[in-house]
Amino acid sequence: MSIVWKRTLRILLYVLLIALALLYLVPVYVVLVTSLKTNSAVSLSQMWELPHGLSFSSILSAWAQLGPNFGNSFELAIPATLISAVIGALNGYALSKWKFRGSSVIFFLILFGMFIPYQSVLIPLLKVLDAIGLYNTIGGLILVHVVYGLPIVTLIFRNYFAAIPYDLVEAGRIDGTGYWGVFTYIFLPLSIPGFVVAGIWQFTQIWNNFLFAVSLTNPPNQPVTVALVNIAGSQTVQWNVQMASALLVSIPTLIVYILLGKYFVRGLLAGSVKG
Amino acid sequence: MQAGAPRKHRFSWDTFSAVATLIPTLLVLGVFVYGFIGWSVYVSLTNWNSLIPSNTFVGLQNYLDILQTYRFQSDLRNIVVFTVFFIVGCLVVGLFLALLLDQKIRAEGFFRSLFIFPMAISFVSTGVVWAWILNPNTGVNLILKSFGMKHLPEWFLSTVIIPNFGLGQIDVGIPLALLAVVIAAVWQMSGFAMAVYLSGLRGISDEIKEAARIDGAGAWRLFFAITLPQLRGTTTTIIIILTAASLKIFGLIYAMTGSGQEFVTDMPSMNMFQTTFQGNEFAQGAAIAIILLLLLASFIIPYLVSTLRRGDEA
Repeated sequence: MSIVWKRTLRILLYVLLIALALLYLVPVYVVLVTSLKTNSAVSLSQMWELPHGLSFSSILSAWAQLGPNFGNSFELAIPATLISAVIGALNGYALSKWKFRGSSVIFFLILFGMFIPYQSVLIPLLKVLDAIGLYNTIGGLILVHVVYGLPIVTLIFRNYFAAIPYDLVEAGRIDGTGYWGVFTYIFLPLSIPGFVVAGIWQFTQIWNNFLFAVSLTNPPNQPVTVALVNIAGSQTVQWNVQMASALLVSIPTLIVYILLGKYFVRGLLAGSVKG
Repeated sequence: MQAGAPRKHRFSWDTFSAVATLIPTLLVLGVFVYGFIGWSVYVSLTNWNSLIPSNTFVGLQNYLDILQTYRFQSDLRNIVVFTVFFIVGCLVVGLFLALLLDQKIRAEGFFRSLFIFPMAISFVSTGVVWAWILNPNTGVNLILKSFGMKHLPEWFLSTVIIPNFGLGQIDVGIPLALLAVVIAAVWQMSGFAMAVYLSGLRGISDEIKEAARIDGAGAWRLFFAITLPQLRGTTTTIIIILTAASLKIFGLIYAMTGSGQEFVTDMPSMNMFQTTFQGNEFAQGAAIAIILLLLLASFIIPYLVSTLRRGDEA
């Protein structure tokens, strides 16, 4: 192949990549230009046009409706993420470094919970939460997300610890520490990246969850995803406020993604179970 | 005790500790996953189809009733059509993007992050935004109109089903409205396929490729004879994970289209939710949920068993 031909191909490659990148950004463009318009400037025929001058009135009006639900979502996502990550670390340690007869059966039984359609547990879940007084509470949603998050956090930590050499366990044993000593002094200090991966994954999943939120809470206890759907479903709310709401709801997880995207992708890949 | 490779421990306090660590999780999942599934199965066999709970056993009556409804038959059509288009879309787009990114390009990290970012967003946000982009009165249609297109697509408001032949109570075919939802779903999830494919591509040894090149294989031949066959396992993984996500699809439909006119965009998950919580027909809702669970379990269980077995041998 000649140099010229090679160089042309190379340029084409970048042109293609940039075109595709722009295509993926179309929804971002639409959300930004629409949410920066005022009510009067939003007309169907000018959807693609840039706003004449910035207006934050749509965003403020979206915030006025969503603000309280933001509090709910943070109150839900932060504790649920922390609790499930800690339990996941303990489980992953037991399943990766202390295999015993039957441990892979246990792993299977835990993992299966990750794939079930949650509709198949929803009716009993509702009855039980109601019976213990946690229906329509943030506490109830925390419990639900911790429980149904256990499979994925266990998987993430099991794969993470499996990559740490077994020699470290042996070294700890020779020094006379047992199961908990090896965990506390050797594995826990090494597990920070595991916590980041599991934490980001759980936070994103819990923040974005809709099914549990809409089934188990009523206003004013609903997380932001439900509030967004309520705003979008109402006939009276303008498009600019809808787009501003979608933007606001997406900001926390997007910030996490922009800051720690590498770890998000690792969580993504962990979902494709490795033995 | 001999030092060496990890082994399965015979009884010791350490093994006891490992088991004790796992017991709370097992108990909780035993109740919340397996116990609740059993409970749902039980509910689906009763006639609890009003606000007042009932324990009268009616056998499989709810399943028979559900399967005969226009709505659930539409759901089955829709879920199959949606899953096929969604998976093929994600595989093709994901593989294409991964191949582009695998050409030792500049700013690879930037492009990779960009194609994955929709995965950090909730399905409901995606649904709200794409409902605006594909709104037949505005959005993409404005652009198509400016190019002089006369018959503008109705997108998710279309009720056309092609090829449309009657079977049972419904028209069987591809509801065009679903394709609009597929576009939004592929936008959101193709980054996952790309990321998995990219790690698969990086796993193919350079030696194999080099050997093929020395044998005189061109770029196309290299792709079809080496790269694609090496990616078979990767493709299977992506298909399994995305099928599981597709069968459960809920938030996107709820936010973007709802059930649609004549249920053209309805899904089992939507049907279950509305039947149970808006219709108060708990037994029928439970029956829908159990059918959905059986669909998922039929391929997830073999997948989990085979990957875990492979892991044990390694």
